[in-house]
Amino acid sequence: MPETNVIYSINGPIVTIKGATTLSMTEMVYVGNEKLVGEVIKLDKDSTTIQVYEETGGLKPGEPIFSTGDQISVVLGPGIIKNIFDGIERPLTALEEKSGSFIKRGLSMSAISTEKEWDVTVTAKVGDRLKGGEIYATCPETDVITHRVMVPPYLEGEVVEAKPDGKYKVNDTIIKIETPSGEVKELTLCQKWPIRIPRPVNHRMEATKPLITGQRVIDTLFPVAKGGAAAIPGGFGTGKTMTQHQLAKWCDADIIIYVGCGERGNEMTQALQEFSEITDPKTGKPLTDRTVLIANTSNMPVAAREASIYTGITLAEYYRDMGYHTALMADSTSRWAEALREISGRLEEMPADEGFPAYLPSRLSKFYERAGYVETLCGKEGSVTVIGAVSPQGSDFSEPVTQNTKRFTRCFWALDKSLAYARHYPAINWNTSYSEYVNDFSKWYHDNVGENFLKYREEICNILSEESSLMEIVKLIGADVLPDDQKLTIEIARVIRVGFLQQNAFHPEDTYVPLEKQMKMMEVILHMYHVCRDIVAKQVPISKIIATGLFDKLVKIKYDVPNNNIGMLDSYIEEINTVLRPLMS
Amino acid sequence: MKIEHVGLSSINGSLVVLENVVDPHYDEMVEFTLADGKKCTGRIVMVEGDKVAVQVFEGTTGISMTNVRTRLTGKPIEMKLSPEIVGRVFDGLGRPIDGLGEIYPEESRDVNGSPINPVSRVYPRNYIHTGISSIDALATLIRGQKLPIFSGSGMKHNELAVQIVRQASIADSEDFGIVFAAMGIKNDVADYFRRSFEESNVMNRVTMFLNLSNDPIIERIITPRCALTAAEYLAFTLNKHILVILTDMTSYAEALREFSSSKGEIPSRKGFPGYLYSDFATLYERAGIIKDAKGSVTQIPILTMPNDDITNPIPDLTGYITEGQIVLDRTLDTKGIYPPVSILPSLSRLMKDGIGKGYTREDHSALANQLFASYAKLQDAKALASVIGEEELSDDDKKLMVFGREFEQRFINQGYNENRTMEETLDLGWELLSMLPKEMLDRVDEKTLEEHYKPAE
Repeated sequence: MPETNVIYSINGPIVTIKGATTLSMTEMVYVGNEKLVGEVIKLDKDSTTIQVYEETGGLKPGEPIFSTGDQISVVLGPGIIKNIFDGIERPLTALEEKSGSFIKRGLSMSAISTEKEWDVTVTAKVGDRLKGGEIYATCPETDVITHRVMVPPYLEGEVVEAKPDGKYKVNDTIIKIETPSGEVKELTLCQKWPIRIPRPVNHRMEATKPLITGQRVIDTLFPVAKGGAAAIPGGFGTGKTMTQHQLAKWCDADIIIYVGCGERGNEMTQALQEFSEITDPKTGKPLTDRTVLIANTSNMPVAAREASIYTGITLAEYYRDMGYHTALMADSTSRWAEALREISGRLEEMPADEGFPAYLPSRLSKFYERAGYVETLCGKEGSVTVIGAVSPQGSDFSEPVTQNTKRFTRCFWALDKSLAYARHYPAINWNTSYSEYVNDFSKWYHDNVGENFLKYREEICNILSEESSLMEIVKLIGADVLPDDQKLTIEIARVIRVGFLQQNAFHPEDTYVPLEKQMKMMEVILHMYHVCRDIVAKQVPISKIIATGLFDKLVKIKYDVPNNNIGMLDSYIEEINTVLRPLMS
Repeated sequence: MKIEHVGLSSINGSLVVLENVVDPHYDEMVEFTLADGKKCTGRIVMVEGDKVAVQVFEGTTGISMTNVRTRLTGKPIEMKLSPEIVGRVFDGLGRPIDGLGEIYPEESRDVNGSPINPVSRVYPRNYIHTGISSIDALATLIRGQKLPIFSGSGMKHNELAVQIVRQASIADSEDFGIVFAAMGIKNDVADYFRRSFEESNVMNRVTMFLNLSNDPIIERIITPRCALTAAEYLAFTLNKHILVILTDMTSYAEALREFSSSKGEIPSRKGFPGYLYSDFATLYERAGIIKDAKGSVTQIPILTMPNDDITNPIPDLTGYITEGQIVLDRTLDTKGIYPPVSILPSLSRLMKDGIGKGYTREDHSALANQLFASYAKLQDAKALASVIGEEELSDDDKKLMVFGREFEQRFINQGYNENRTMEETLDLGWELLSMLPKEMLDRVDEKTLEEHYKPAE
């Protein structure tokens, strides 16, 4: 006999029940006659507090609250990729069919289609002993992703029945296993997992491989590891979303989970449209074949926004467990923090910094720590990379969300307003950004790109930092009074800034640049620098070098040299030699 | 037969508390009748058992603990809608105040609306020609976009808004309409808008919602919601292209703050409630285009930045939700430049997909990028000139200074009635860029330069 709980009070998304209940912490409940989805967030002996993931207008005290016995969780199985979900894994396309262009309340439906049939290959045989996380069947989920169906973690046993290969729906039983305690469990194509609990792994591994993004300023100056975490803070209009979109399109992860958390509806539509139009350079298939979108736009209920980040990372971990490299883009984590603040305010908790709850840092760290390069339960290697956008209020990086995020990520891409105003994109400020991963990758660079990669990188960084200190002087007295060698630094730094760091996302060649070309571009620019330095040392005025137009030619390399003809860059080195050598004598 | 409750148990600012209420719904509308027959309305904002807190829209002046009878309507706040609302004037709660009688409703809708399913949205691509160079070329307005004007007290944002409405309307077809929501603006300003709409012969397409600065502030929180409900109805049910002007969002946010503090909520930055972002979003996100309707809702919210500070929570949070912003600049304004659009921080996020070949002109995006870059560089030259004097600048910087002056005087500056075509605007841009040496135009590729770069010599 289930107890009947009824609503006592309502305040925004917070609903309470008076008196003690048998509900458990973070349990999923259905609230009211319309069965709105909610989650238990506070229990004490006088009351139970529930946050509701949908609009609460029209609810009244006395309406029932139904217990489900489960924690708030997501359904994991084939059909997730290519889909677009809201913050609590409701499929938006299916919702549209049901309720039209506007989202109505109290709609519940299965996250993944229960009707679609999958071409399943059953790999487990009767008599096999399977542990949690081991694969018992596979099916092609999209043209590029094979879905590997795994035994849920913490379950093990002997296979007592296995279906033959064939077409199955997600809820069809594929195998039956007998657990050591003698219980027989039916395993289908899908499983459930509570979103707030990290999925277990065998062990974590060192992250020594970079996530290649094709964006020069990131790959060369501030790389992030596969299994690492990076933060992109920036005020509005600095290009956070644009950068996230570029990464989602071009980075070399197998699967992208893009979480639009409290952001614009039109942006999600744009992502949806663009990703289906662009083909993945590696597979030749549309990008949607490897993408999952989670759209909880800013006008959707705030509690679901809080959940959307967890939904996203749980999906990422699930595919990681199959042995894929996944990347989660969260845009933006500030909206998530604000959702925490809003709910905390409604609970009348004591606020800490700027009204944020005192548990903000611990929540942030728990989230970012779910990133990692791991050996999965089935012995494969997989990773979850987390790239979180941060929207600091008033572009002030000293606010709590930015500061705490900085503590838990090892890569920090600071977007700069003045660069954005000059339409220098990506507006990643090279003086304030950093990546702690660079040295971890030295072996990888050495083996895969070239032994000089890190040397070039360091020289480029030195020129940029020298320029920034020279600019202090230039701001006061003008560039004309500088000696020629310093003028050269400024000139070559301009080439680096405009010709290398700045990258045009709308240019077909420039939107993605392979690492080999990045390296070669650095080589050409630095070669120019070295030759010019020798010339200037011989008291030849720099104006003569500028008159050759070579600097401007280097700036345009990014447009003039196609990605599939990197050899062409050698001709630049020759040209530098033939044009500039005569100046020496 | 509805039950009436007699008396209140407490009054605090615009909030009243009732006890022993039968069957209250969260967010429902209630009606109060005072002893002298005066009626006012309110909304339930908190329910605890049989105790409810009600926000009174008209304010609680004259209400005592005993002289009031309360009736629950069982419905959320609704706006009565029919095609007749076009050309009418309503108060902040959506009740007609133009003396032309009640609306005979075809339907009533909850003013809170529902979020648009991102899957059902159509990505906005068609640009709206405004005839204003600085906007058309550099922060192009797209149909279905939300593009706010960040202004300051005393600057010419109202003139700019009127000019956009007037010139955008001429270019458009029959299906064009305007929804105007005034929140806490002065009587004169409301009159100015009304007069301007009449002069440009669009009054018969305008639906006005007026909550002026001397009207109750709590009503102000509902005003934009009524306006947007009307806009959605006109756009998505009657298939019109609707331009919504919301002015002034600063007064709206301040009303929200006042209301929040009267409820005793924990404040966040500058005393604004922590949910200011979510609240703004429920307004701004109601702009857009959806698959199964021909119409569109485009929003131009106007806000005055307190103390011209763009980092104030109101412009800051707005900027995070809207798709760009048009920022007005006090220095340009005092120089007499109209519209005083500050180019660098102004931005239209949807512009990149709505311009170029097939939309405006192929060279548009290159031109815009180069103008931004050169104008940004000009700021460095200006800063340097203020230290060492313009005479000491390098030749390039001197040329930039000349370019900058011309750009402000001829490109940004334009007449209040001047309606420039896209061609004129773009050509003017190239003409100005041609004042600079070719090497300084590093954002444009050779081909485009060849076609459009024509130095004076």
